[in-house]
Amino acid sequence: MMKRPSFTIYGILGAFVLGSAFPFYWSFLVASRDNSVLTGDFTLIPGGNFFSNAARVFDTVPFWKALGNSFVVSGTVTFSVVLLSTLAGFAFAKLRFRGRGVLFLFVVATLAVPTQLGIIPLYMAMAEFGWAGRLEAVIVPNLVTAFGVFWMRQYLLDAIPDELVEAARMDGCSLWRAFWHVALPAARPAAAMLGVFTFMQSWNDFLWPLVVLNADNPTLQIALEKLQSGYYVDYSLVLAGTTLATVPVLIVFLVLGRQIVAGVMQGAVKG
Amino acid sequence: MSNVDAKISPYLFVAPFFVLFAAVGLFPLLYTAYVSLFDWEVGADEPGFIGLENYRTLFEDDQFWNALFNTFSIFVLSSVPQIVIAVVIAALLNANLRARTGWRMGVLLPYVASLVALTIIFGNLFGPQYGLVNDVLGIIGIDPIDWQASTFGSHVAIASMVNWRWTGYNALIILAAMQAIPRDVYEAALVDGASALRRFFSITLPMLKPTLIFVIVTSTIGGLQIFTEPKLFEPSGGSGGGTEHQYQTVVLYLYQSAFQGLDLGYASAIAWVLFLIVIAVAGLNFFITRRAVR
Repeated sequence: MMKRPSFTIYGILGAFVLGSAFPFYWSFLVASRDNSVLTGDFTLIPGGNFFSNAARVFDTVPFWKALGNSFVVSGTVTFSVVLLSTLAGFAFAKLRFRGRGVLFLFVVATLAVPTQLGIIPLYMAMAEFGWAGRLEAVIVPNLVTAFGVFWMRQYLLDAIPDELVEAARMDGCSLWRAFWHVALPAARPAAAMLGVFTFMQSWNDFLWPLVVLNADNPTLQIALEKLQSGYYVDYSLVLAGTTLATVPVLIVFLVLGRQIVAGVMQGAVKG
Repeated sequence: MSNVDAKISPYLFVAPFFVLFAAVGLFPLLYTAYVSLFDWEVGADEPGFIGLENYRTLFEDDQFWNALFNTFSIFVLSSVPQIVIAVVIAALLNANLRARTGWRMGVLLPYVASLVALTIIFGNLFGPQYGLVNDVLGIIGIDPIDWQASTFGSHVAIASMVNWRWTGYNALIILAAMQAIPRDVYEAALVDGASALRRFFSITLPMLKPTLIFVIVTSTIGGLQIFTEPKLFEPSGGSGGGTEHQYQTVVLYLYQSAFQGLDLGYASAIAWVLFLIVIAVAGLNFFITRRAVR
């Protein structure tokens, strides 16, 4: 049994975690007050104006529509990334076909490619299709990731014994059925992890949505940007918006935090 | 039937990835190089081919060099302290803590926050007039700093957002690597009477090298493309990156050229140059890591 660490260690970690949480609290603090009292004094006790400030957020930007849009976009992207990654990952991990090695090498090589830098032709294409301002424009370019394929392949390599796929084929099972009944259930833990991280990434996406979406049909991040970019900045209003946008994320974190920690420690995400 | 299935199905399984990736990932990147050879304005009928003219202009463009400098400056200010602190936090988390998972969740909290929300919050904290940071500095007798107008001040403020968001995340990655170090190495050192500090510098740190390189490279690739922080740092700040472009980064300049300057050809040249820099950095890393692992 290792000995328990000293209070100093808890003290330093405690300070670090408090520092990590502080900006969230500050956001709520400013949001709960009246803009006129902001000057110079910084008591850490919240005021009573949070709900009136939140109401002003709803009047200023289409907050609920933005929240719904963010759910639709991130949900669709996550579903597609997880499904297509598992499908391709299964083929790379467990099926034999000509060109497999070269194709997988290609997937690995594209991991570091900054596809975000292709936004200009993408923007031209969206304008051409008439998708500018519509959710398709932020969904379609994100339906697959090289990382997802790589991640699922690495997991399925060990998760399914080769004999199991062979046995399924002996029983006259098509490969599609083998995927559906053998690979998909076995992939569940890794797929869940990939799903959580894909969802978060999509939820936070900013540059591309800023290019193709507009103020009438925004995602949550774009709605926040519109709140802040007004001519005169009313911080109790803007930070009421950031607080509202943070609450769902914090709830998810409380529920799934343990899995997210495990995922990061397994290298589930690239930075 | 079964034979056809075995031959064809694997290709059908990997096809959606390759088709979509080619269409929305690879093709736009390559087409960016094509667009960069034209005088291509938004809405213009006939883009004119001008060869490498955009690149010639770019290499003589002070605003581009300034943006490149800002990007690297912010990157250095964010990555160096971040990795040092992450290693320390990882070492502390590696102790036999009570409520282990709770602490790990605590340090990961900033990572899940929306980047847009926290950039706005940090913009408020670093406000030149009534910002909390200047208020606190005032208490300890330091004159207020104009975090927006000064080059160094704005870089520090933006770097602190990056640090705040990623330090805990990187600490967990480093922690995972620390836990993979075999215990008997430490026990042997303990028998030889090595102090805790000595064990850390002689065993832990060298064993972490591949992970640290990985962390540095992923943060470089991300850092070179930093956009949201400088875009939203100053309320109503537009895309100039400050009145004197003192904190405009390369991607922010790309955004400004393409979607406000409406000069798609020129913006494509910026994108392509940045793309080559990122690939060069990633390639460099590949060789360094290979050597480090061997």
